[in-house]
Amino acid sequence: MNLRLKNNIAVSDSGFVFNPSTGDSFSINPVGIDIIQLLRASKSEQDIIEDLSDRYDADTQTIEKDLYDFFTLLLQHQLAEKA
Amino acid sequence: MEKKRYERPVIASLNAGITNKFGTRNLNEPISHIDGASIKEITEQYGSPVFILSERKIRQLYRDAHRAFSTRYPKVQFAWSYKTNYLNAVCNVFHQEGSWAEVVSIFEYEKALANGVEGRHILFNGPEKTESDLRKAIEHDSLIHIDHFDELYQLLEMSESLKKRPRVAIRVNMDTGIYPMWDRFGFNYESGQAWDAINKIILTNKLDLVGLHCHIGTFMLSANAYAVAAAKLADLALGIKLHHKQNIEYLDLGGGFASKNTLKGSFLPGADTIPSFDDYAEAICGTLLNAGFTRENLPMLILETGRALVDEAGFLAASVVANKRLSDGRKALVLDAGVNILFTSFWYEHKMTPVEPASHHTEASVVYGPLCMNIDVVRESVTLPPLRKNDLVLIHTVGAYNMTQWMQFIAMRPAVVMVDQEGKTHLLRRAEKTDDLNAMESMPEHLQSFSLA
Ligand SMILES: Cc1ncc(COP(=O)(O)O)c(C=O)c1O
Repeated sequence: MNLRLKNNIAVSDSGFVFNPSTGDSFSINPVGIDIIQLLRASKSEQDIIEDLSDRYDADTQTIEKDLYDFFTLLLQHQLAEKA
Repeated sequence: MEKKRYERPVIASLNAGITNKFGTRNLNEPISHIDGASIKEITEQYGSPVFILSERKIRQLYRDAHRAFSTRYPKVQFAWSYKTNYLNAVCNVFHQEGSWAEVVSIFEYEKALANGVEGRHILFNGPEKTESDLRKAIEHDSLIHIDHFDELYQLLEMSESLKKRPRVAIRVNMDTGIYPMWDRFGFNYESGQAWDAINKIILTNKLDLVGLHCHIGTFMLSANAYAVAAAKLADLALGIKLHHKQNIEYLDLGGGFASKNTLKGSFLPGADTIPSFDDYAEAICGTLLNAGFTRENLPMLILETGRALVDEAGFLAASVVANKRLSDGRKALVLDAGVNILFTSFWYEHKMTPVEPASHHTEASVVYGPLCMNIDVVRESVTLPPLRKNDLVLIHTVGAYNMTQWMQFIAMRPAVVMVDQEGKTHLLRRAEKTDDLNAMESMPEHLQSFSLA
């Protein structure tokens, strides 16, 4: 599944996410920030998995599993939509 | 380029829920060691899940409780409640500290004898004691706490046939203002039933009535209920002195002090709300000292404290089996330890902490055990950092009742280890094996073979 980040979402380096259209704010950890930034750069699911496994000490299976879960949350919090 | 440490991506809403006016504390700092022993190494050696007991903490709890009472009252004796945790090593820590034994079945009684407790230092409670149980207790000169008239009459008969005077106490139940009232055990105070039992024992003159006992309930959040109970037992003892010119040697106030656990549905963590040993001691000792005993006739105070002396010394280390997302969006964690070995998760919101270092990013999760049963929920909601498969979590305050009420339903009972005061680990009970269970079964001849197509 590929996601498109909603275009007005604000992300700070410290892991603070704000959605101006709903007024909701969130805290997010470093791997989460990376994923948001990759989505903003319009990366596909496959690109994101490859990018993360280059940078982090985790196998692609783990990253893939966790990415699915994270995508579900982004959809649920209305921060992204299916591309 | 060296790779960065991976942590499962998490995103947590900052405006969910009502703000807590007490502010939130971070209760989930990682704990990697217990008294200097590495939890990870313990699981590597003894498997996961594994119960871990801190000898230092048991002794500390005992000494705190003992100090609270012995600084307020001259004659204090604890008797370790075997059913709370009857692993022999745990019992012996209490016996080394000076505790007698309190048992509620012949199997616990035999454990206490085998541990080296003399019969006269064993209190035998409980509604079911068979004739052979009673004979054994009489022969060893133990303190038999009579629960009902049928037992009283049986003891009267046995004292004749054995030509011995059993040493007995009666268990008294009473209204202490606590609901529900535990009136199914012992003789009732308010109705006069306790007096009937006392008169019967004294007038038949075949048993030595040495004590009065009560156990008013468990996880008692009111210290004042003990003041009421102490006053009622003292009233009976003073009445016996007045009417029968006999001294009662001890008053046994039973167990029931709350441990530092959080009851389900509580607004605040248990550690912040439960009475301290000093609160209970003040209520009991203050009442007894002012009840009207002369100095020489002051009875010994016995306490059968269970959970409050061992709960906090017990931990369960478990591993993450799986991460799940439920259909309503909630995070779920499956552990290799469930309600089969953690019976107390039906009553308590057990504190859980990660074992490995984790970020401050947390997520609320429901925590399930490994059983394919809907009731297997360890926590309905707990805040934890993102954990991966095989990561360890530590479940706190599990030392009371779990290692006696556990069962081998679906999964077998794991190992129990103790960390001694030097930080060395000792195996107290090995993990069960399939052979252990099969060893108790037998197969009828005609069922020994079959062939499947
Ligand atoms: C007679 C008696 N004494 C002592 C105890 C120990 O109680 P607790 O663990 O609540 O201190 C119990 C437990 O129910 C009991 O029934």
